[in-house]
Amino acid sequence: MSATTDRQEPDTLRTLPGDDVRQIMWRFADRFDLQMVVQSVRAVARGPVARLVAGGGRNSHDWTDEKNALLAAFDESGITALGAEPEHGGYLEGPQNLAMALAAFELSWVDAGAATSSLASHLGLSPIHEHGTPEQKQTYLSRAVPTNDGDICRGAFALTEPLPYVGVDTGVLSGKAKIAEWNDGEEPILQIDKRGRFITGMDFANMVTAAVDSADERINGSFFVILEEGDEGMFDRGAPTLKLVHQLSSTRDPIFNLKVPASRIVGGYTIKDGVLTPNVSHSEVLNDVFRHTRVPVGLMTSAKLLSAVEPIIRYQRGRFRGGEGKPGTPRHDLGLQQKEDALHRLIDVWATGEAMTSLGLATARLFDEYDPLKREKDRIFAERGVTGIRAMMGELKTIEKAALEFLDGRASGETSSGAVPGEDPLIRFVIDDSLTSVLCPATKLWNTGYGATVMREAVSLVGGYGITEDCPGFLGQKWMDAQLEATYEGPEAVQRRQLSITMANPVFLRQFDDWIVELGQIAGNKAGLGASTLASAMKLWRWTLDHLRETKDADGKPLFRDNRQGVTFPMGDALSWLVASRYQMLDVLELESKGKERPELAESLPGTVQFFTDLCRVQAARAAGEVGRMCAELVYGYQRQPSGEALATFQALRSELDESIAEARLAKDRAARSLTGVMIPEALDYPA
Amino acid sequence: MTDGFHIVVCGSLVPDPIQTLEPVPGGDRPALKNEAMLPSVLDPWAGHALYEAAHLAAKTPGSKVWLVSLGPKAQLQQLMMRVAQKVPFELVALDGPASGFTDSFEVAVALAQAIEGIDGLDRSRLLLFGGCASASRDAGVTVQMVGERLGIHDQFLAVDELKVEDGGSIRVLERVEGGRYLASVCEGAPLVAAWATGSLPEPPNSPQVGMQNMRTIMPALAKAGPATLGGEGTTWLTAEVPQQRRETRVVKDSSADEIAQEIVTWIKG
Ligand SMILES: Cc1cc2nc3c(=O)[nH]c(=O)nc-3n(C[C@H](O)[C@H](O)[C@H](O)COP(=O)(O)OP(=O)(O)OC[C@H]3O[C@@H](n4cnc5c(N)ncnc54)[C@H](O)[C@@H]3O)c2cc1C
Repeated sequence: MSATTDRQEPDTLRTLPGDDVRQIMWRFADRFDLQMVVQSVRAVARGPVARLVAGGGRNSHDWTDEKNALLAAFDESGITALGAEPEHGGYLEGPQNLAMALAAFELSWVDAGAATSSLASHLGLSPIHEHGTPEQKQTYLSRAVPTNDGDICRGAFALTEPLPYVGVDTGVLSGKAKIAEWNDGEEPILQIDKRGRFITGMDFANMVTAAVDSADERINGSFFVILEEGDEGMFDRGAPTLKLVHQLSSTRDPIFNLKVPASRIVGGYTIKDGVLTPNVSHSEVLNDVFRHTRVPVGLMTSAKLLSAVEPIIRYQRGRFRGGEGKPGTPRHDLGLQQKEDALHRLIDVWATGEAMTSLGLATARLFDEYDPLKREKDRIFAERGVTGIRAMMGELKTIEKAALEFLDGRASGETSSGAVPGEDPLIRFVIDDSLTSVLCPATKLWNTGYGATVMREAVSLVGGYGITEDCPGFLGQKWMDAQLEATYEGPEAVQRRQLSITMANPVFLRQFDDWIVELGQIAGNKAGLGASTLASAMKLWRWTLDHLRETKDADGKPLFRDNRQGVTFPMGDALSWLVASRYQMLDVLELESKGKERPELAESLPGTVQFFTDLCRVQAARAAGEVGRMCAELVYGYQRQPSGEALATFQALRSELDESIAEARLAKDRAARSLTGVMIPEALDYPA
Repeated sequence: MTDGFHIVVCGSLVPDPIQTLEPVPGGDRPALKNEAMLPSVLDPWAGHALYEAAHLAAKTPGSKVWLVSLGPKAQLQQLMMRVAQKVPFELVALDGPASGFTDSFEVAVALAQAIEGIDGLDRSRLLLFGGCASASRDAGVTVQMVGERLGIHDQFLAVDELKVEDGGSIRVLERVEGGRYLASVCEGAPLVAAWATGSLPEPPNSPQVGMQNMRTIMPALAKAGPATLGGEGTTWLTAEVPQQRRETRVVKDSSADEIAQEIVTWIKG
């Protein structure tokens, strides 16, 4: 082929976005440590992991030698040591939520079972990481980092129990602890009985953190306990789970019947009047563990959607090649990309994947900021002698008031005098706490649940191939895998339950109101993102929330109540759509402003930004549509003859929202056209 | 050789070969379509040279490895996020095009100058490594010219093995015609080794090694000066990707021997 002139329009996407673009959007352009982690994990994902999947490694429930070999690959490439602090042999400084999230994303680009496998040990150790005593941390966290002597502690996390016990409801523990021996002046020895269901990592874990409740009047309440292979009694790994998904992770139903010293109680214990009280209850542990580990799960699903783009384009373009159409004809060159629907649906997949990834990584970054603040809050509370749930709640209420005042001051521009409370770690803690408490469940809920739905669309786009083992990019397996991600570590109902409470937190809502204003400003500065659409949808949601909280249904029953999941849950879903769209926009704005400082991007930046801007608009319109539908159902659906002034306000907001969708489909058409010209590699960079 | 070697590896990036590589006319030389946006990889032959260098350095106390790379700075930086995790080295970076359309003579001048400027480099202990070929231009002459300019006349091409013998002499295996090796022994450094594939696998990534290397890599990238590759005296008439030839015939009931014979006849033309 002779050299030809480059005829592509300057303002469209030319190649699939590379690392340079992603590092800016996802805010790790100046974090070389994270860039290296990404490359290292990617090499494992697209190397040994992909080869194993392509070789049929997923077609067995057993933990085979080939699957086991992945553990060594994780150890060697630094994946296992991710999450470990430098004092325990880790190599990354500072909080590691973003690092873990990026690692989960990279592995799941190929296979999320591999991601689960690498993260499960971390999950097993998390109770210790979050609440362990200094001795427990020293003993277990250091041993979890691979060393040359081969001695490594691999953890499993045993919460879920066989039916009818622990599942979504984590309070109904059948796992029990009794005092086995307690000699005067000596440490009590506990008898632990725990059965697990669906416990990840159980083929190789040599240490388990298990949730148990007291079955002895000398023990007060529930706790997590550390069990080790080699403890006296039975450490039975149990039967393998015959799962249809994530087959590169190990899952079994173990049975433990073990004697362990009381020093294994996570967080330690206190003894008073002959009764042993664990310092940390199992629910406190759960709260802190899941806050962190649910975010990477959300990224597992988002990676699937983005990873589907390239194989789908390749399939679409090549669909008719070798047949009657000669090179140069649209049938040969564009294949299925001649069809508008095929392009539009791929834009939906891509736009959703962008929003999910932006939301998930923003949440991970927020946790990196939040973790040191939480430690500082704990330190200050301890210093001030604030202990016990009630005292802490009281103190937090006072700080919440100060936080609201600070946010009010910030919004009205009185930041110079307000700068001091803004630096107050307690105020910052309360603000970040309100955000993480929404963004974490939103990430887990929306990315995985809606992600599974959109992954089905992706599978459809490659026709029959999609549901075969030969599908490039393993799309069929990824679709099923997404369903597990929506289930484990707390199914969607758990996330919705949490959102129903946290979305009504005044500190969150205060910031939400600021976001609406901010989006208005963004819309003024940059047309095309869909910022005004999103702002309208947020206003509608905000009004609906207030309305539902003060309104009764046609039978006079209050609407916004804990047990009225028909009301609270959809509001949580709607909020998730909104926050995802917002973070997607912020990432594109970041790319536009920071990308300009990078000469090497000069040529491609306008086109890339234009394309991502169009995706934002498509996504904002979709989010607005969903939010409008859900709010309308709630506002009208519980009344028999809806009427009144309030409804006029709703209708005005709804019509503002509908009008703000103008041009969204034009943006979709433009983005779809970009898909026909974007250059893709000759082949996928992993076997499939 | 008890003091160890100073091993300088010349190697840079090439576009990831799975990308669509389509030549297009550029300003002073042709380029690849969307070249700046294409992900790149370490030139495979340079990679072999680097891994062999690190292996030799690890076995020979007192040794040190430098990687001298001429390439677009931003792309080099991205590449380093991977390469820096492989083995310990210090980077010397030169900012300039690394495409298949540069002139190897000019590249050699720039690389030799950069090597001459390396602080603390003991030229008497110098092993100059590089690839005997490249996945982009594949002129097959760059490393020799760098060696000549540095005054190193013991040059070995298409090297697969380099062993330090007891007395400090160095035994080298070079690929020659017919799948055979030419074995040579020289007194020791300085020498030039343009590597074929060597025998080492690509080392696994180690972010720990990477973090260590980054301490010098980032400053090296920051101070990387522009390399002048004007391409003077070169005129590009045309650039094209070799045509793929595909001749399909459906043949049934042939034995493996018959098929092999037919392929041999076809290759011999
Ligand atoms: C492959 C795999 C790996 C796993 N790994 C682990 C592990 O390592 N450690 C561990 O402890 N567990 C693990 N689990 C267990 C997992 O976390 C549970 O399956 C999950 O929490 C759901 O519990 P359940 O299956 O008992 O569902 P149930 O509790 O029976 O819930 C079923 C459904 O009922 C509805 N529902 C239940 N309660 C409510 C409610 N209050 N409000 C509204 N709706 C509700 C929801 O639709 C929910 O999805 C794993 C599971 C799988 C499949």
